[in-house]
Amino acid sequence: MSIDKETARRVAHLARIRVEEERLGALADEFNAILAFVEQLNEVDVEGIEPMTAVHPMRLKRRQDEVTDGGYPEKILANAPDAREGFFAVPKVVE
Amino acid sequence: MPDLTFEEPKAKVIHGTRDDWELVIGMEIHAQVSSRAKLFSGASTEFGAEPNSNVAFVDAAMPGMLPVINEFCVEQAVRTGLGLKAQINLNSAFDRKNYFYPDLPQGYQISQLYHPIVGEGEVIVWLGEGVARRVRIERIHLEQDAGKSIHDMDPEMSFVDLNRTGVALMEIVSRPDIRSPEEAAAYVTKLRQILRYLGTCDGNMQNGNLRADVNVSVCRPGAFERYRESGDFSHLGTRCEIKNMNSMRFIQQAIEFEARRQIAILEDGGTVVQETRLFDPDRGETRSMRSKEEAHDYRYFPCPDLLPLEIEQEWVDKIRDNLPELPDEKKARFMRDYGLKDYDATVLTADLDSAAYFEEVATGRDGKLAANWVINELFGRLNKEGLAIGESPVSAGQLGTIVDLIRKGEISGKIAKELFEIVWSEGGDPAEIVEARGMKQVTDTGAIEAAVDAVIAANPAQVEKAQDNPKLAGWFVGQVMKATGGKANPQAVNQIVRQKLGL
Repeated sequence: MSIDKETARRVAHLARIRVEEERLGALADEFNAILAFVEQLNEVDVEGIEPMTAVHPMRLKRRQDEVTDGGYPEKILANAPDAREGFFAVPKVVE
Repeated sequence: MPDLTFEEPKAKVIHGTRDDWELVIGMEIHAQVSSRAKLFSGASTEFGAEPNSNVAFVDAAMPGMLPVINEFCVEQAVRTGLGLKAQINLNSAFDRKNYFYPDLPQGYQISQLYHPIVGEGEVIVWLGEGVARRVRIERIHLEQDAGKSIHDMDPEMSFVDLNRTGVALMEIVSRPDIRSPEEAAAYVTKLRQILRYLGTCDGNMQNGNLRADVNVSVCRPGAFERYRESGDFSHLGTRCEIKNMNSMRFIQQAIEFEARRQIAILEDGGTVVQETRLFDPDRGETRSMRSKEEAHDYRYFPCPDLLPLEIEQEWVDKIRDNLPELPDEKKARFMRDYGLKDYDATVLTADLDSAAYFEEVATGRDGKLAANWVINELFGRLNKEGLAIGESPVSAGQLGTIVDLIRKGEISGKIAKELFEIVWSEGGDPAEIVEARGMKQVTDTGAIEAAVDAVIAANPAQVEKAQDNPKLAGWFVGQVMKATGGKANPQAVNQIVRQKLGL
């Protein structure tokens, strides 16, 4: 798989990261280097082997259905650039 | 098992200006799990709280916070799957669906794309007596809901409330087996009924606890059958997805409009573009959500914060053993045990409260008579007053006593209606009311004979006419009923009148 400048531009946009036009070529090259590195894993034959999700056999931790959190809107809003009447206030987004 | 057999109806045909077309509809229903806390945090799911007060740091995506799954939500998804006779996957996993929107602080939704917890099942959608559509369920997965944006509080800004962020949703995905707008509404109604029976979602559409995305396409007659035989989607037309509808009426209007829009494009020689559309109820039309188009690359990947979800067969079996009686089973039982007709059984099993009320009235009594009183008198009256069954001023016990009084011949049907009115507005024990107010039906032939004699003596001209024309005997019956305040047993009066007139 090879990443071109267009793909690099699209990936940057999807991630909402601004990349200057002149940097796109270099970024695409970096992507390609990373992918080539990871692709070495394809050399290992994993036919018939279950994917391993953890080094230790662990069970997903569960929680009871009890309300144990929340109730601190002022803390939730503390870092907001703008908040009004208990809401986050953001530039208008309308469909 | 219910002994309800059915035939599937033909698809709705829409006549274009040139050709005939058929509709193909698939649905994604988002049903909010009826849990107290959210899917991955301990914040409350309560509706209508102060903005951002039901938000934990996990929901607000504060750095370093990790999700921990709510086991009750997992149980409800399994329960729903079992209720839809679906396959339960003992191994499922969570993925991240990446996109940016102000009401999604994480920048991704935790969902289950690759390994959903529930696989294939089915819903039988009744459309009439002996007619139903079998809608195949493709999958059910668990995912997080997003927050709520409010656009009309300020001209420049949108306001965001994260109270709904992270609430557990079950996304129930159907195959494209629905063939008309009416079937689509009936499908949502049936699914909602099953969810409410199971108790896994309250089905409140007004609060958005049950919402539908509808996929609509059109095809020429015969194409759908070729798709069903081959499983090859290329036989079907290009679909458009209408997002986020929470009313049965809007769902039908949107499908109707969308089908006609697509047919017009195709008959003009154009092609339908696959896209997401929004229904505008004010204009009754769907329009493109172009802004969402480029965001369609969600770059799913397994959520690294969560291990795969492994559940045990014994746990699933335990949930299965505790499933309640479901709507179709209950309907079949009502028809069998109480001798009810299909329609009456359908009405009485529409929701659990109605069914439980009816059963309390019917148990140990005449089922048909009980059904008649519950549906015609009680439901009729409740509808008129805009009351729910739980708010009925007449309890099942009281209505049962009224039914007993009719059955024993102590009151006539007419008096029973008066008695119902008294119990409705004043309350009290119906049997005592009948006793105290002298409403008992007169079955004492001596008293009836005296009343008949009095009417005959007072109307010699009518007697002559009736002897020529026996049909006029009814007039005497009416007069006697009037004279006895409606309390005389009508059959007894009829018999005595005929006997005395020599008919």
